[in-house]
Amino acid sequence: MDWVNAVVQGTLLGGLYALFAAGLSLIFGVMRLVNIAHGDLIVLAAYLGLSVTTILGLHPLMALIVVVPVMAMIGYVLQRGILNHTLGKDILPPLLVTFGLSVIIQNSLLEIYSADPQKINAGALETASVSVGGLSLGVLPVLTFGIAVAVIASLQWMFYRTALGRAFRATSDNQEIAQLMGLNRRHIFGLAMALALGVTAIAGIMLGIRTSFDPSIGGGRLIFGFEAVIIGGLGNLWGTLIGGVILGVAQTVGAKIDPGWQLLSGHIVFLIILAIRPNGLFPRINE
Amino acid sequence: MTNTALKLNMLDAFYGDFQALYGVDLQVAQGEVLAIIGANGAGKTTLMRSISGLTQNKSEMVNYCGTNIGALRADQVAEKGIALVPEGRQLFPSLSVEENLMIGGQVGRKGPWSLDAVFKLFPILKERRAQQSTSLSGGQQQMVAIGRALMANPDLILFDEISLGLAPIIIKDIYAALPGIIGEGMSALIVEQDVTKALSVSQRFYCLQEGRVSLSGASATVAREDISRAYFGVV
Repeated sequence: MDWVNAVVQGTLLGGLYALFAAGLSLIFGVMRLVNIAHGDLIVLAAYLGLSVTTILGLHPLMALIVVVPVMAMIGYVLQRGILNHTLGKDILPPLLVTFGLSVIIQNSLLEIYSADPQKINAGALETASVSVGGLSLGVLPVLTFGIAVAVIASLQWMFYRTALGRAFRATSDNQEIAQLMGLNRRHIFGLAMALALGVTAIAGIMLGIRTSFDPSIGGGRLIFGFEAVIIGGLGNLWGTLIGGVILGVAQTVGAKIDPGWQLLSGHIVFLIILAIRPNGLFPRINE
Repeated sequence: MTNTALKLNMLDAFYGDFQALYGVDLQVAQGEVLAIIGANGAGKTTLMRSISGLTQNKSEMVNYCGTNIGALRADQVAEKGIALVPEGRQLFPSLSVEENLMIGGQVGRKGPWSLDAVFKLFPILKERRAQQSTSLSGGQQQMVAIGRALMANPDLILFDEISLGLAPIIIKDIYAALPGIIGEGMSALIVEQDVTKALSVSQRFYCLQEGRVSLSGASATVAREDISRAYFGVV
């Protein structure tokens, strides 16, 4: 039963990792941009959530109503103001610029919020649990997983059923020809980044409710996000969810064997999958 | 003479660092079908790119219906009513046939062309609407590319090498369909290496050679020797 418990908890944890990864997957899919600052943007969202809950006295889930649009706006401005200028044939400039952004965000957060670990207070939600067939499931992890599934499903629907999604796919296929169709790629990219950071806002707040955070933890979240994306296969959103789950399960099962192995076992499983299937389990982009 | 739709004024344009067009003057009247002929590397594709905004130039070098559009981006040019059927078709591989057509209509210009109208013109596309665009034959892909441009309800449509890589019988079909496609009042610019085909569907032609206009005139009356000379540059 302990092992079943580890797998179930890992699956739920995978929901959080899928939320970390969904934004990365989206922007890589649309504009082939690898965003090194993604983890720090998650932490930024967590801090914004913290400020909104403490200043306005809102419940963290209500804070989403404020933080999601704010992060989306930051995303659009960031893309139009900076990142669009780095995109081109050379893949190095976006890497360097987002690395720089990562440093700037981390240090600004340090300056404003200090290095003390913080936590978003969600009251009873944090400790509430339900008993299912002998397993005790935390309401928060179940909720996070549900949100992750809902987010992935909506992104999938948006990508394949709406005019905006069509524009995303067309621009991803061929930027010049998309431009001929009247799509301004700078604007389309801005919208993609806005959407990605909107999802990141949800990820940040769920993270902030679940664990304590400080300005330096962005890098670790970025790695989990990357691993989930790569395991699932580039450009496949449902794959990203499965990738998150595999990573989560690997970590909790690893921790079950030896508490010190939690992170290591996640990375090892990632490396094994990368060695066997370099394109991930369910790749959609063939390059 | 009817109103001028498109006017190029001393257009100099570059293909990367290489100057591909030198002082090209050209006019298309409203409703006119114009052919651009010339050998490989004569500057035909750069001309198309310059008109459609994929290559940006000095604003006054390209004038469309009285507005200077030479410096506009391709998406802005598309909104003005110029559509390009690009060389090599260039469909969006991750979009279905129907989605490829719908994205052409995303500009939101009013006019006779809609999904139904395109399916009426090319009934085979209706059967294949849900398929991946890359799963179609070359000729069918060309139909999608033409339909995609028409969906924008353009006033001026540019065809870049539409016969390239297609079987002769398909080329014949597509050229037979052209007069129906280029409807009332729509102007067209047809770039083609097949001189006979280009002359047969156009009223006037321009021949490019090494980035300059080497000959222009009425398609019906031009002498073959003159074209050979303008085309290859041999005396």
